[in-house]
Amino acid sequence: MNFKPVDMQLLDVISNIKSIPEGAINIRRDGEPVIRQSSPNIKIGTNADNNGLLVEINPGTRNESVHVPVIVTEAGFHDKVYNTFIVGEDADVTIIAGCGIHNDSHSDSGHDGIHEIIVKKGARMKYVEKHYGEGNGQGKRILNPTTNIILETGATAEMEMVQIKGVDDTVRITTAHIGDKANLKIMERLMTHGEQKAVSDVRLYIEGQGGSGQILSRSIGRDDSVQVFKAALVGKNECLGHVECDSIIMDQARIQSIPELIAESADAVLTHEAAIGKIAGEQLIKLMSLGMTEKDAIDTILEGFLR
Amino acid sequence: MLKLENISMTVNNSNGLQREIIRDINIEFKPGKLYAITGPNGGGKTTLAKVIMGIYQHTTGHIYLNGEDISELGVTERARRGIAYAFQQPPRFKGLNVADLITIARPGIDGLGLRMKMRDVGLCPEDYLDRDMGPGLSGGEAKRIEIAQILSRDSIISIFDEPEAGVDLWTVQRLIGLIVQKYQDNPKSTAIIITHHENVLPICDEIIVLEEGVIKLRGSAVEIWPLIRDDIQCKMREQCRGEICYEL
Repeated sequence: MNFKPVDMQLLDVISNIKSIPEGAINIRRDGEPVIRQSSPNIKIGTNADNNGLLVEINPGTRNESVHVPVIVTEAGFHDKVYNTFIVGEDADVTIIAGCGIHNDSHSDSGHDGIHEIIVKKGARMKYVEKHYGEGNGQGKRILNPTTNIILETGATAEMEMVQIKGVDDTVRITTAHIGDKANLKIMERLMTHGEQKAVSDVRLYIEGQGGSGQILSRSIGRDDSVQVFKAALVGKNECLGHVECDSIIMDQARIQSIPELIAESADAVLTHEAAIGKIAGEQLIKLMSLGMTEKDAIDTILEGFLR
Repeated sequence: MLKLENISMTVNNSNGLQREIIRDINIEFKPGKLYAITGPNGGGKTTLAKVIMGIYQHTTGHIYLNGEDISELGVTERARRGIAYAFQQPPRFKGLNVADLITIARPGIDGLGLRMKMRDVGLCPEDYLDRDMGPGLSGGEAKRIEIAQILSRDSIISIFDEPEAGVDLWTVQRLIGLIVQKYQDNPKSTAIIITHHENVLPICDEIIVLEEGVIKLRGSAVEIWPLIRDDIQCKMREQCRGEICYEL
């Protein structure tokens, strides 16, 4: 294995990997798999079209995790991958994805990850994805993830998607189909600065009886960055759905928040809350009255907000 | 210890007229004493507290802390020099938990210390230390956590702005007991309590009555309490005789 320090640093930031973990893992660097290992219960292979991964998690697999981080370090490289994850019936697993880009050059580099996730009957899945960019060049760092998720009867999924730093341009599209008594919770955390642009478009189709879906988004827009957040809930049955988008706006940033509720059944209960505002002066004063400087108080509030 | 000299604060209201919120306040707060500030709503009590903390800038006069003129210092500097203020309505923070705030109030506090501070204000550490300081807390809970922060700080001057507001009666007694125990006769510190509470006023060393921005009355509790008790105590008490009415 020929990992450079820059690789390890990216891996550490996006998936907390300090050394290569035990168990199922696939590390993709500049479009090539550099490490791939399966575990007895989790099989990582190449998909039929030979353009991505097929990750199959055996039914009943408990308390295991699979790491599938992607790093892009070659200047000007644009990576595209189609990954499929199948979480077997009654399994309970964590998928740790994420993408880190290091770009010191003047040409753009990026990664488009197209993920399809099927959570089978009664299974539970936690999905964690961190996006991060670094490097000093003018070249943009671009990440465009597309995620389609299907939750079968009684399945539960929690998805945590985080983008804190260094990604210049991102368009995130997430679509979910939620079955009978299935439950999906999506948590997004986003911070943009400089001239960054971020668009997130989430649509949950709650199709099954007793299904539920939640979208919780927290974002901070700084400098001249622009954010657009669209969150739609489509209730097609007796179901519960809730959207909450909460943003802190600073400097000259622009934030647009568009929650959308579509009920196609009289038994659908859909709600939304959206708020955009600057840091409350009272919060700053409160922390300063405990001895913090104004700058530390701002940092503490922002860090807590995105925690 | 803390000396206010000719403190006035004027604000411009919406139609351009100047209005004096507090006028010509002269007080010297001495160590080891418990001061009560009381008076009608809008009398300038909270304004005075915020002027001491540096949240509002006074228009004229000087504030001295242990001889140093702190009039020009900001909130952070005054906090670091030993002034603490428990907000009447504590602001909420999404994402910061109770333990975070107590740790900011007293950097380096350990797990045992955190738990003790919670128990002091009658909150179970198991239930509360990890709780988010967001809108999920009730007013009374937020208030007790606010007081716990100030009690953690060991400040020279601690100001409590209506500590009883929003807190149930059982807990008020306990909180007041804590404040008295910590500050009365402690030569290193002074507590100033903004209050209307009939159980708090008589036990303070000194009562200051602020009305329309000026000090209207001032003196020991023994002198002042009899003069103001009729305005503060329940007027129906004689008729209903408190809990005795249940026996009638």
